Amino acid sequence: MLPLPLLTTMAAVLTIAVFSFLYKDNPFYKFAEHVFVGIAAGYIVAIEYQNVFLPNLWRPLLAGQYVLVIPFALGVLMFSRFTTRFNWLSRWAIGLMVGTFSGLAIIGFAQGDLVAQIQANMLPLRAHSLIDTFSNWMIVIGLLVSLVYFFFSKEHEGALGAAARLGIWFLMVSFGASYGFTVMARISLLVGRLLFLISDWPASLGMKFVH
Amino acid sequence: MERFDRRYIFLVIFVIVLFPLIWPLGLPIRVSKEVRGAYVAIDKIPPGSKVYFACDYDPGSMPELHPMTIAILNHLFSHNVKVIGGCLWPGAPPLLEEAFNKVAVEKYGKKYGVDFVNLGYKEGREVVMVSIGRSIPSTFPADFYGTPVSKFPVMQGVNSLSDVAMIVNISAGYPGTKEWVQQVQSRYHVAIASGCTAVSAPEYYPYYQSGQLVGLLGGLAGAAEYEKLVGIPGTATRGMDAQSLGHLAIIVFIVLGNLFYLYLKKKGKLARR
Repeated sequence: MLPLPLLTTMAAVLTIAVFSFLYKDNPFYKFAEHVFVGIAAGYIVAIEYQNVFLPNLWRPLLAGQYVLVIPFALGVLMFSRFTTRFNWLSRWAIGLMVGTFSGLAIIGFAQGDLVAQIQANMLPLRAHSLIDTFSNWMIVIGLLVSLVYFFFSKEHEGALGAAARLGIWFLMVSFGASYGFTVMARISLLVGRLLFLISDWPASLGMKFVH
Repeated sequence: MERFDRRYIFLVIFVIVLFPLIWPLGLPIRVSKEVRGAYVAIDKIPPGSKVYFACDYDPGSMPELHPMTIAILNHLFSHNVKVIGGCLWPGAPPLLEEAFNKVAVEKYGKKYGVDFVNLGYKEGREVVMVSIGRSIPSTFPADFYGTPVSKFPVMQGVNSLSDVAMIVNISAGYPGTKEWVQQVQSRYHVAIASGCTAVSAPEYYPYYQSGQLVGLLGGLAGAAEYEKLVGIPGTATRGMDAQSLGHLAIIVFIVLGNLFYLYLKKKGKLARR
């Protein structure tokens, strides 16, 4: 394995190469991008083989769990996509995956989102404190008018139109909150990389730039 | 205005974010009730209990989420809670390994296999979640290094998720907190505390409001608040000044952009598109 200062310096150089895209597209950025894609692809193959294929399929199969021949065969069928003549065989495996994930998603959404969230929004409109009462009113009104906005079976006129317009306001506030959180996430990533460049990188070389 | 070179904005943001990292301002950090909820729930776990630590992120979201992992592991190991770590993101196991070494081994002298274990990565997303709800050893027959899990004392008496006191999920997206709530909390009724990226936080707040999550740490701010609660300032606390100034700069840019827009609209100088 390469020494830590060299590895950290490589990481720092690649970080600066990626940042250089902010000035304009250039060969250093392209190089960093291609290195990342190549390493990520190789890493995924290696970890899938070591952490999934061997312990969950191959070793139990050799130990006598012959029922695992079925998922093994379905997995092999996925490679038929590389041929034009037999690529239809991969649809069996894909069909099984789509069916399994759809079933899980429907049950999960019904139990975890639909029922639980409807329950959670049955709030007392007169709570213990004034602030809780206000919050509960906001949640219930916001929920109802947002739902009205997505009700398209009747033209948005009169009271329905007013409720739908109020619904847009609630939706806009939620989009604003989401945008604010997105800004926070992006700044955090910049903070992380800058901390690495001014703190971790010099430290690995035995230097101290900041505490 | 339309010909304004946006690279000036990048430069300003870069300088404003860099400045407090070199000269910290020490702006105050206020702890939210969502973060306190996670802290209180973890604090109540009896010593010797086991927690399933679902580490679902990769290096792309490390600056936001790794400080949460470090802070929560500090809290868990300081209370002598045993940790079973598992990952649904392929890039996660080495990050969990690094966090375990830094906190469990170096700081608290905990032993691998006795006090904590890194089960590594498993493909299958929601299928894996449902599967470990029934049996952890059959889903993860071996740990990240290939050792059979039956050999680890920490795994004795642990068959399914009903044998753990809580699930702590550090989530960067899919699969993550939403799927843990939908597939595990609703089925097996295990308490879940979540730490997530700031981008996902608005989507998960309803789960906290409904009680499906016992606590929620959103982004770098959530991590800094947790660091404050455990009393161990880390990289999140260091980054909060930069975060705050960065936000301030963006607010100023939004206001200036809108003022210029209104000015040009009034003068009729906006280019027709």
